[in-house]
Amino acid sequence: MTDLLQVEDLEVALAGGGGEGTVIDSVSFSVAAARTTGLIGESGSGKTMSSMSIVGLLPAGAKTSGRIAWKSENLLDAPARRLRQVRGHEIGVIFQDPLAALNPIQTIGRQVGEILRRGGMRRQEVRTKVLQLLDRVGIPDPEQRIDVYPHEMSGGMRQRVMIAMALAGGPQLIIADEPTTALDVTTQARILKLLADLREQEGVAMLLVSHDLRVMAHVADDVVVMYAGRVAERGPAREVLDKPRHPYTRALANNVPAVSTKTAIAEPLQGAPANPFDRPAGCAFHPRCPIARERCRTEVPQLREAEPGRFSACHYASEVSS
Amino acid sequence: MTSTDTILEIRDLQVSFPGPRRSLRAPRTTVRAVDDVSLDVRAQEMLALVGESGSGKSTVARCVLGLVRPQAGTISYEGRLLGPIDKRPPELQRAVQMVFQDPGSSLNPRMTVGSIIREAWKVHPAVAPAGDRGQALREVLADVGLDGGVADRRPSALSGGQRQRISIARALALRPRLLVCDEAVSALDVSVQSQILRLLVDLQKTRELAVLFITHDLAVVRQIADRVAVMKKGELVECASAETLFTAPSHPYTQGLLGAAYDLEGADVPVRETQEQIS
Repeated sequence: MTDLLQVEDLEVALAGGGGEGTVIDSVSFSVAAARTTGLIGESGSGKTMSSMSIVGLLPAGAKTSGRIAWKSENLLDAPARRLRQVRGHEIGVIFQDPLAALNPIQTIGRQVGEILRRGGMRRQEVRTKVLQLLDRVGIPDPEQRIDVYPHEMSGGMRQRVMIAMALAGGPQLIIADEPTTALDVTTQARILKLLADLREQEGVAMLLVSHDLRVMAHVADDVVVMYAGRVAERGPAREVLDKPRHPYTRALANNVPAVSTKTAIAEPLQGAPANPFDRPAGCAFHPRCPIARERCRTEVPQLREAEPGRFSACHYASEVSS
Repeated sequence: MTSTDTILEIRDLQVSFPGPRRSLRAPRTTVRAVDDVSLDVRAQEMLALVGESGSGKSTVARCVLGLVRPQAGTISYEGRLLGPIDKRPPELQRAVQMVFQDPGSSLNPRMTVGSIIREAWKVHPAVAPAGDRGQALREVLADVGLDGGVADRRPSALSGGQRQRISIARALALRPRLLVCDEAVSALDVSVQSQILRLLVDLQKTRELAVLFITHDLAVVRQIADRVAVMKKGELVECASAETLFTAPSHPYTQGLLGAAYDLEGADVPVRETQEQIS
């Protein structure tokens, strides 16, 4: 399988308002063509920051290093002009909160068609294409809906509009940041189904960012688990979630309650997620880790292959079992 | 064992809010947020109230607290009618307390943790005699798993999980009998969520509290609830023991809701035996 996108040793350093420090610390992962890679993490894990650095949407003053390989070029070095071309045309983005991401004073038809219009397509053609896109993402009565404003739609419909916008430029990769977090269960299921269909029928690869392990298990082929701006573990989704090789992943997986069976409340981790601006020395997870030892307090664990295809950044990966 | 005495009785509750206008000249429409809801909360039980956004579940909670005035219907606590919060006698104000969803916005950022909790005792001085408040403060913080040192800090210096513990401590400081939790764990990180859930379940048992737990998260409900009430568009569609609701839901809406969740987990959707499918 060929990798469409490769992120290698990505580092992002921020300075200013929120504090300063290396919030993303040598993160590497890849997305294969027509497959879905999931980025899992809690608040402050750097999952959104990592995905947004791919399309150059970082806070002002962010300093980056490493490589983001996209079609034989490094997007980290790409000029702003080139990035504008990549965004939308080659890589589509679905943002977390459609109400905040959509323009409240433009009709949804205008917003979905923006990238087509800018490409020089004629008005009548744009309208036809937008109608097709709205239909494609499952918006009923596209003719009626094309001229409404975002506030006139439900949350699920707005999320579909976001997806139509991301598809409009015909991208090979879609970055979806928590695309279903703000939605109700039944709507969530429909949106996930839609994303899975798109991947199958249009062959679009996806980078799915989420904290929800149930969603990940359902949609992702491969997952990357992040903690405090570093990769804790990565590998095939099923294997990582069923048989974690990092104590943090194990804790997350144990903390997912089920609806279909009654589960006991899991043994909680102590404390709160580490702050990437003030990362503990050694392994960032050691203050909360049930198997931490002296070595974990001083030595930063490297991401190593724990078994074929499975990478873990735990000194004692071989001792972790669910 | 939970007792079956009813402590809170909601009868035929109706709440409407002004809705959008159909046009500039048309009068405002009204939105029925709660439509004829009747529900009992029993002493010492964990009753979950679930529904999708806009189903009216939070409005029910606000009526129980006396923050929203219903157009019709009654709410009574152990047989005594509950009016708006400012018309309630002090002992009834105390008896029903609330934990809000977002501790970031429900705690005053300018006050220290200690003063946030002491404020409750200024309103209800009988709960903690003026002399021993330092001791009482340490006790209530210990009850929610925090050490006395946080009393001098402000909410901004605490993590999300610690802030939610403060919200719970503030509610507990008045020794309530009924705790209303509106999406109390939804905003927390997964690894912190189970800490707070454990705390709530422990407190419910040790303090013999009744808890009205409002959420959209069915998995959490399955873990902790004794009974579950389901709302849809302002109406109460089903209320049953947690076991019954999750294994044999009777209303089509509940079946759909569970179906979506079971599907995501790759489990078979529960079907009532009376509705067996023809193969």
